[in-house]
Amino acid sequence: MTTKLLGEPIKRLEDPRLLKGQGQFVDDIHRPGMLHGAVLRSQHAHARIKRLDVSKARGLPGVQLVLTADDLGPAGGSLPLLIPHPALTQPRTQRALADDEVRYVGEAVAFVVARNRYIAEDALELIEIEYDPLPVVAALDAAIREDTPLAHADVPRNIAAHLVQTVGDPDAAFARAAYIVKDRIRMDRGAAHPMETRGIVAEWDDAAETLTCWISTQGPIPIKNGLAMLFHLPEHKVRVMAPDVGGGFGPKIMMFYPEEILAPMAAMRLNRPVKWIEDRIEHFISTNHEREQIHDIEIAFDKDGRILGVRDTFLHDTGAFSPYGIITPLITATQVPNNYKVPNYRVEFTVAYTNKVPVSPYRGAGRPHGVFAMERLLDKAAHEIGLDRAEIRRRNFVQPDEFPHDVGLIFQDGGPTTYDSGNYPEVQARALNMIGWDSFKKQQARAQGRYLGIGLANYVEGTGIGPYEGAQVRVDVRGHVFVSTAASTQGQGHYTTFAQIAASELGVPLEKVTVTTGDSTQFRWGSGTYASRALTVAGNAVGLAARAVREKAAQLAADLLEVSPEELEFENGVVSVKGAPGRSYSLAALAVASNPIRYAYGEVPKLPAEPLPRQGPALVPGKEPGLEAIRYYSPPHAAFASGCHAAIVEVDADTGMVKILKYAVVHDCGVMVNPLVVEGQVYGGVAQGVGGALYEKLDYDEEGQLRSGTYMDFLIPYATEVPHIETDHVETPSPLNPLGIKGAGEAGAIPTPAALVSAIEDALSPLGIHITQAPVKPDMLRELIAEKRAQAR
Amino acid sequence: MKPAAFAYYEPTTKAEALELLGELRWGAKVLAGGQSLVPMMNMRLAKPEAIIDINRVKELAYIKEAEAGLMIGALTRQRAIERSRVVKKRSPLLAEAILFVGHPPIRSRGSVGGSLAHADPAAELPAVLLALDGWVHATGPSGTRRIPAAELFVGPLLTSLQPDELLTEAWFPFLPPGTGTAFLEVTRRHGDFALVGVAACLTIDQQGICTRAAVALLGAGETQVRSAQAEACLVGYQMDGQAIEAAAAAAMASLEPVGDIHGSPEYRKQVAGVLTRRALGIAWGRARRRSQL
Amino acid sequence: MIEPKTRATRARTLHLNVNGKRVAAKAEPRMLLSDFLRHELGLTGTHVGCEHGVCGCCTILYNGVPIRSCLMLAVQARGSRIVTVEGLANEDGSLHPIQQAFLDCHGLQCGFCTPGFLMATYAFLKEHSALRMTDEEIRVAIAGNLCRCTGYQGIVRAVRQAAQTMKK
Repeated sequence: MTTKLLGEPIKRLEDPRLLKGQGQFVDDIHRPGMLHGAVLRSQHAHARIKRLDVSKARGLPGVQLVLTADDLGPAGGSLPLLIPHPALTQPRTQRALADDEVRYVGEAVAFVVARNRYIAEDALELIEIEYDPLPVVAALDAAIREDTPLAHADVPRNIAAHLVQTVGDPDAAFARAAYIVKDRIRMDRGAAHPMETRGIVAEWDDAAETLTCWISTQGPIPIKNGLAMLFHLPEHKVRVMAPDVGGGFGPKIMMFYPEEILAPMAAMRLNRPVKWIEDRIEHFISTNHEREQIHDIEIAFDKDGRILGVRDTFLHDTGAFSPYGIITPLITATQVPNNYKVPNYRVEFTVAYTNKVPVSPYRGAGRPHGVFAMERLLDKAAHEIGLDRAEIRRRNFVQPDEFPHDVGLIFQDGGPTTYDSGNYPEVQARALNMIGWDSFKKQQARAQGRYLGIGLANYVEGTGIGPYEGAQVRVDVRGHVFVSTAASTQGQGHYTTFAQIAASELGVPLEKVTVTTGDSTQFRWGSGTYASRALTVAGNAVGLAARAVREKAAQLAADLLEVSPEELEFENGVVSVKGAPGRSYSLAALAVASNPIRYAYGEVPKLPAEPLPRQGPALVPGKEPGLEAIRYYSPPHAAFASGCHAAIVEVDADTGMVKILKYAVVHDCGVMVNPLVVEGQVYGGVAQGVGGALYEKLDYDEEGQLRSGTYMDFLIPYATEVPHIETDHVETPSPLNPLGIKGAGEAGAIPTPAALVSAIEDALSPLGIHITQAPVKPDMLRELIAEKRAQAR
Repeated sequence: MKPAAFAYYEPTTKAEALELLGELRWGAKVLAGGQSLVPMMNMRLAKPEAIIDINRVKELAYIKEAEAGLMIGALTRQRAIERSRVVKKRSPLLAEAILFVGHPPIRSRGSVGGSLAHADPAAELPAVLLALDGWVHATGPSGTRRIPAAELFVGPLLTSLQPDELLTEAWFPFLPPGTGTAFLEVTRRHGDFALVGVAACLTIDQQGICTRAAVALLGAGETQVRSAQAEACLVGYQMDGQAIEAAAAAAMASLEPVGDIHGSPEYRKQVAGVLTRRALGIAWGRARRRSQL
Repeated sequence: MIEPKTRATRARTLHLNVNGKRVAAKAEPRMLLSDFLRHELGLTGTHVGCEHGVCGCCTILYNGVPIRSCLMLAVQARGSRIVTVEGLANEDGSLHPIQQAFLDCHGLQCGFCTPGFLMATYAFLKEHSALRMTDEEIRVAIAGNLCRCTGYQGIVRAVRQAAQTMKK
């Protein structure tokens, strides 16, 4: 193989289609006779349903079906708990439609199916519903107090889960500390908000008894399995596809959202296709949220600023239900030690129910909070000990020769939290160099009367978790390579990166590879695209499957050419004897020869015509027809990517407005398959991180009503709010997988709030302002400034 | 997010529009640019029985220069203001403010009259009209009346227009020589509604004495407000930094902002003072440059 | 004189010019232009992201100017000229310079917001030359469209590249 494909910034193969408006997103799918659904949602955060009368809605012309909890039968039971954990002693999941009690604003109560969405929404207004309001628990601070109302009457103090993990002897470490810093650190509620909302088209074929669903999801294959189970259908009678998905970022990995049951059920009842597309206002109150945590964290240092131990007790808001288990706080717990050697560590978390939208992982998944807590405290410690903020980090880094580094905790996937490789000092050094850390002090001093600040934050990210993904690679008789895997795409460029891996292994041009993802008829095994795992896990499976096909083709060609497989080379779709280019077969010809059926079609098959007479069976035992292979890759444990962000900001102390002047990222995700794609992931992650640092807040009032439930109030940054981002890469290959890669999907979003708040605090250091929460809003900053100025007077 | 059903009328003349409005009154909503009304209809926060779409009433779209000001038809798009040379030349405050209204696709549709009649307390154009002592023409069954800006805005999303009256045009007076103006606002993101904003006008004579001042604030109360207290610190005084400081302090003291999740009342009040100071500073600089010419 | 309400609520046939072609289809008065384009005319390239005018996914050209198609009623578009993302590529299927620039600069990931960005960029470059613009000015030009994937960096580069190729 001479064509260099791996590691090249190859332009994406999926783009022309998307650029011409030819993408197929779920709302672009039209089926004959299709009907349209709409969901009646609770307007109360907590209430008992006293009366529900849908008769007027059913009577509206154009309405075909109205479903309430009573109509659902066995499918109306509690939805599955995805990832049980022994510490989750009070798991609660919602029902597809609330039966007698609603526990958050937005919870689904009824489902209307009508000729079009306009009529369906008219029908929602005709549904008569009366509630008995119940006391509401909304604020996380108060959630586990004795006197707080209960989100679930049978869950004492709203405590869903409680877990303590300890490494070493933290109390002894604190007893001998030269310095101890502590703080209460808070991160507010946010959400992923992919530009495409959720949606489903469900179609039932009464004659064939098959259910076909197109869902805007990150995990079509598990949903296929789940629907088959739920509706008592053989698995092969259910087909679920993730078409083009307009962004995921975590919340689209759920199973199930109510509509994923309601639309198929309606389609089956009516024997007509049913489409439900979430609108943006619904998205705010029906798609999972994340982020909200409060940490009480302290770090013990020796006299040189080396970490002796960390103790962190945090509260995690899971909203009204815990469908995704306790993955997010588990990740936070393992994330807090970050890039540093923490010999003694105690982490305790409590997961609390509140009457708010349920929580499941959103890009970063518990890490931005953990990093924010740790990095905020390191800044504070640097100040108190009198060290440069970069220096205190340098003194504590896990060193390049100390890998694998065992943090000592169980990771979210059940495996060890073991950092596989990395070079943290180098990464930070490069980031500081890019941002101009050393020269900044002069710049800051010159900026008289202006508040300029510089900040940094490090992170590690456990990526590429199991259990496994698989891939099928197949060469057809035209020599075209088809790759299929369950790991669907929401914009990560799988059609390109998976193709790069297969093409590079098989020595074919990139245009000769077609990738299919997330179609349960094309590949039946696997879980999906989340947790920065697709390229690491599915990508390696593609590599292994392509390698198997290559070996098969090599053996076949070797037999035909009467050489040994080692004498062959693969290039440009042709397998030839090294040094004898004339002695060759195209992959197309080998694909024909691999299938010993005794008729031929076209010119190609004549080439490797089967010699006659033949002896023995056409397929000797162990031999399979076709140039194809299925392989699986299952990582031993997570591969840890890492990086450092550094920022320069200016704060307008009179208005509290923050402007990001410079932003630098150094990122290490092991071997990069496609740097263009990696950088794109980093940029996008940083933009979301900027949102989480300064703009995006899901603001609930005491009654559990969302006050920022439109894009007028939930402020996703525009291009004008996101800085130009300078990037650099360090590549420490992962020893865990054949390609040496680590995930890159979430990294950008993880340390951004920490880095920006570090810079904001530095800018306001003349006033001695200390910031312990994100997002940082201008009125909050202005208040802190006014306080300090008043004190100074 | 789909609007409830409504009866749709598309008059092509002002007379037709007025007739419809007279007939339908409370049940009807006039649809101009639709950049505020349609989102509310999509969310079903507004469910008018009838829509009177005036977008085909071409006679309502114009920018006319008269001796003392610009007469701007209600249906004139914000984009037309932005691209108008005469606006740029003769009404720099309006030209400066228009760029703060949303984003280009919003301005290509949004209208001057719609923005004034919608009366969002954080909108830019009402503040400009107020700062310039402009007025609007409203036509109803009993004829046309002139409503001064100060009497038009009566509450959040509330004007003194009668249900059968159509806002047909707005008058943006020119300011005398020696005037400098400035428009500033603080938004969370570019193009958002202002947390607080200010339209400031300062006219100075040859001696540098302020002869006219206007400080109109947006996002700082239930409607856009002129701060008479701030203006009183300026008019008749020799302009200097001290006068500006005093005006800013007075503006701040005069306000009773309403808070929301983006800015507490206290924040809005403080920042109103800051912006007033800054805007007056800029306006003063511009006034001095102009009076030197 | 005033139409009876029943008639005024009824669907009507709209004739308009979309991407250079004359089309006709029926729409109730309350149908949004975005829905009309997508579901009545089958032009699903125009996407719907928020239906309250903030995200910009549904941006199209209406009589030559960029508008949010979710904030217009279909009936209002009667007799108008509309250009959607489907009207951008050349007749032979090759990409418009703006589309090519987005491809070259990795200006898209999931592709959902992309049609809105392309149309906003198209409208912008019709009126301005981005050649001597600072990044900040380009960012102001595309503010009004939300992208949740790219962090805008590839998009800013793409606008600049498109301005250069279109100048030639």
